[in-house]
Amino acid sequence: MISQLAEFFQDLGHFVTSRIDRLGLAARFAGLLLLALGVSIRRASLIVREVYFSGVRSLSIVAVSGLFVGMVLAVQGYEVLQRYGSAESLGVIVALSLVRELGPVVTALLFAGRASSAVTAEIGLMRATEQLAAMDMMAVDPLSRVVAPRFLAAIVSMPLLAAIFSTAGVIGAWIIGVQLIGIDDGAFWSQMQANVDVRIDVLNGLLKSIVFGTAVGLISVFEGYFAAPTAEGIASATTRTVVISSLSVLLLDLVLTVMMFRGLS
Amino acid sequence: MTSPHTSEMIALKDVRFSYADRSILKGVNLTIKKGEIVAIMGGSGGGKTTLLGLISGRLKPQSGSVIVDGLDVPKLNKSNLYGLRRKIGMLFQFGALFTDLSVFDNIAFPYREQTNLPEDIIRSLVLLKLEAVGLRGAKDLKPAELSGGMARRVALARAVALDPAVMLYDEPFTGLDPISVGIIGRLIKRLNRALGMTSVIVTHDLNETLRLVDRVVVLSDGKIHRDMAPEQIRTTDDPFIRQFADGLPDGPVPFHYPGPDYLSEILGR
Ligand SMILES: Nc1ncnc2c1ncn2[C@@H]1O[C@H](COP(=O)(O)OP(=O)(O)OP(=O)(O)O)[C@@H](O)[C@H]1O
Ligand SMILES: [Mg+2]
Repeated sequence: MISQLAEFFQDLGHFVTSRIDRLGLAARFAGLLLLALGVSIRRASLIVREVYFSGVRSLSIVAVSGLFVGMVLAVQGYEVLQRYGSAESLGVIVALSLVRELGPVVTALLFAGRASSAVTAEIGLMRATEQLAAMDMMAVDPLSRVVAPRFLAAIVSMPLLAAIFSTAGVIGAWIIGVQLIGIDDGAFWSQMQANVDVRIDVLNGLLKSIVFGTAVGLISVFEGYFAAPTAEGIASATTRTVVISSLSVLLLDLVLTVMMFRGLS
Repeated sequence: MTSPHTSEMIALKDVRFSYADRSILKGVNLTIKKGEIVAIMGGSGGGKTTLLGLISGRLKPQSGSVIVDGLDVPKLNKSNLYGLRRKIGMLFQFGALFTDLSVFDNIAFPYREQTNLPEDIIRSLVLLKLEAVGLRGAKDLKPAELSGGMARRVALARAVALDPAVMLYDEPFTGLDPISVGIIGRLIKRLNRALGMTSVIVTHDLNETLRLVDRVVVLSDGKIHRDMAPEQIRTTDDPFIRQFADGLPDGPVPFHYPGPDYLSEILGR
C-alpha cells in the first residue's frame, strides 16, 4: 500500500519533471529560433514557398469548412432570432461569431491538422535521414534555412486563412438566410456593417490568428526538430503536434477572449 | 589560416569522447598531413563515425584537442565553425541527399547558399560535377529515383562542390557493387590529386582502400591500435590486420557488442 503510494508519487514526480524539462527545451529552442529569424526574414522566397505549401494547400479545406460553419450558424441563429422578431440581425450574429471566435479558432484547428502535422513529419524525416546534419556540415544553419521559414509561414498564413474562413462563412449565412429563408438582403448587410467594429472585432480577431499561428507554428517545428529519428518517433511527434496545437489554441483563445472583451458589454 | 611551418591538416591529441556513460574514444592521437589520404578501419560501433563528427565539430570531445587547419575546433564559435566547414566536405554514410530537391538542385545547393554566383555559372559548375561522377543524364531525377550507388555519387559530387581542403568519407564503399566501388575509389583519388585535398576515409573495404591510401589507421577499443602503410598491411602477420584483410568474423576485433555471458543469459542465469 505504502509502496504503491510511493510509486504513484514517483511516477507523478517523473511526469512533472519530464514535462518541465521539455518546456525548458522548448524555451531554449524558441530562443535559438528567434536568433535564426533575422537571417531567415531576408530570404523572403523561402517563406513564400512555405506559405504556398502550408497556406495555399489549406485554402480549400478552410474555405469549404467556413462555408458550412456559416450555413449552420445561419440555421441555428435564425431559429433563435425569429422568436424575438429580429431575424434581420442574423448577419450581425453570424459575422461577429465568425470574426471574433470561430474564424481564428476553427482555422487554427484545421491548420494544425492539415499543414502543421505535415511540417512536423517533414522536419522529423529530414533530421532522421541526416539531411539537417548534411546542411549543417555545408555551413548552412538548418534553423534559419529549414525551421524558421516554416515557423514564419504559419504566422503569415493563419490570419489570411482565418479571413477566408470568415468570408466564406458570411457567404454561407447569406445563402441560407437571404436566399433560402428570405431575410431582407439590405437589412442583412447594413446591420452587419453597422455593428461589426473594425478595432474591437476585426483587429482582435486578427491578433488572435497571429497568436495562434505563432503557437501552432512553434509547436510543429519543435516537435519535428526533436522527433526521435524512427518511424514511430515521427508518427508520435506528428500526433503530438495536432493534439498539443489544438489544446493550446483553445486555451489561448480563452485567455485572449477574456483579456480582449473584459470591460466591454 | 594554416601556419606556414606546419603541414599538419588534422591533429587529434588525447581525444576522449563518451555518449552518456558509454566511453567511445579513450585517448585518440592522430595526425594527418596536408594532401594525405588516410583510411580509418575498425569494428562496427568502434567510434569511426564519431571520430569524423569530432573532426568536423559536430561533436565535442570531453577532453583532448582537435585541431583542423590550425583551428581549435571544439573552441570555435558558430560563425568560425561555419567558416571552417566551408573548407570541409563530408560524404555521409547514407548520402543524406535532400529528398525534396532534384539531383541538379542538390548539387547546386552549396553554390546557391555559399556563393553569389549567377545561375548560369552555377549551372555549368553543377554539370561539370555531375559529368565527373558520370551522372549528367540523371540531373532531373529525384533522390528517391536513384539507386544506392548513384545516390552515393551524387552525394560525393555535392560534397566536393566547393572544392574543400578536407574531405571526410563515411563508408563510401559500403553496399555498392564492385563497379561503383571502383568508380568512387578512382574519383576519390583523382580529387585528391587534382585539388590537393586531405582525405579521411572510414571504410571496411580493405582491398579497395589499399589501392587508394597513404596510411591505414586501425581504431580499436577507443584507441589507435595500428598505423601503417599499405605495403605493410599486405605482408604483416598482425592478427588485427589479418582479421580485416581475411574477413575473419572473430578475433582481436570483437564481433559481439559487449553484453553479459551468452550461456548464463540463455539459461536465465
Ligand atoms: N547519438 C548517440 N547516442 C548514444 N550512443 C551513440 C550515438 N551515436 C552512436 N552511439 C554509439 O557510439 C558507438 C560508436 O558509434 P559510431 O557511429 O561512431 O560507430 P562506427 O565505428 O561508425 O560504426 P559503423 O562501422 O557500424 O558505422 C556505437 O556503439 C553506438 O552505439
Ligand atoms: Mg559509422
